[in-house]
Amino acid sequence: MWTRLVIVLITLVTLTTSPVHAQTPTLDDQVNRIAKTLYCPVCPNTPLDVCNTQACADWRNDIKRMLLEGKSEQEIRDYFVARYGFQVLGAPPAEGFNWLAYLLPVLGLILGVVVAWFSVRAWLTHRASPTPVDAATLPREYVERLEKELKEW
Amino acid sequence: MPRWIQVVIFVLIIGLIALFAFGLRARGEPQIASGPAPDFTLTSFEGQKIRLSELRGKVVVINFWASWCEPCRDEAAFLEQAWRQYKDRGVVFIGVNYVDSETSARAYLKEFGITYFNGPDIGSEIYQRFRAKGVPETYFIGKDGNVYGNAIGPITRTSTSMTERAFLQKLEELLAR
Repeated sequence: MWTRLVIVLITLVTLTTSPVHAQTPTLDDQVNRIAKTLYCPVCPNTPLDVCNTQACADWRNDIKRMLLEGKSEQEIRDYFVARYGFQVLGAPPAEGFNWLAYLLPVLGLILGVVVAWFSVRAWLTHRASPTPVDAATLPREYVERLEKELKEW
Repeated sequence: MPRWIQVVIFVLIIGLIALFAFGLRARGEPQIASGPAPDFTLTSFEGQKIRLSELRGKVVVINFWASWCEPCRDEAAFLEQAWRQYKDRGVVFIGVNYVDSETSARAYLKEFGITYFNGPDIGSEIYQRFRAKGVPETYFIGKDGNVYGNAIGPITRTSTSMTERAFLQKLEELLAR
């Protein structure tokens, strides 16, 4: 009984498991991999691989054509940048004025940490040693009222 | 907090606001409609070059277009017809192809039988110099090299931006000037 059950289970597992094949990237996969790193210059913030406009379809065809001509991925990206400007890249190249885009977030983070550190330190110092109040500097009516309330309490 | 850190933060915030305002201002500036036309050199799909500043003494029509732009198709045939009508009267038409696939752009030119000078705007430099905001846009340059108005949108019989009749009148005005 148990032997039969095991045989049936093994048969079921064998039938439902698909064989594993070695994956080789097709031309479309290569096109999509490059298109994913380029952005549509017409509709901002939309990568070329998911953009549905005619312009993006044309550019995907261009990528395919260039791949068939034997151009490398880097050569294709360089072609797009030269022809349509740096907007087609997901991020600006780290050169010249563009450095600001990379430096400002780091600078902001450092300044944020510095400000937080000084704020926490000031807060802790303030909490640890409350400023003593000199009764002589307080208005007389406040002192009298305070003493009266303390007595009643 | 030390005084110098407060100063650094203040300066950085002011700098960022100035940068942001500058960017907004540059983006918000309208298309060029008057004054000296920005000079440029355009290489045609066939490899010939044309330089705007070398066309002094002629009326120049600069049309920004793209093959994926539907409204551009509405004016394409008319522009070619107008070019044929005026080419012997000292009018030069320049088609500036904006962010387009070369294959599609060539197919478009063939489809509409366009014969006037056309070339791709590499890096969208000419587009930016004219502060164009889209396609189609057409700019009119007088014989003196100044911009005399523009048409933002397609030029058709019933267009709200510029009708075909107004376009032809504009050319006559510029030729008479």
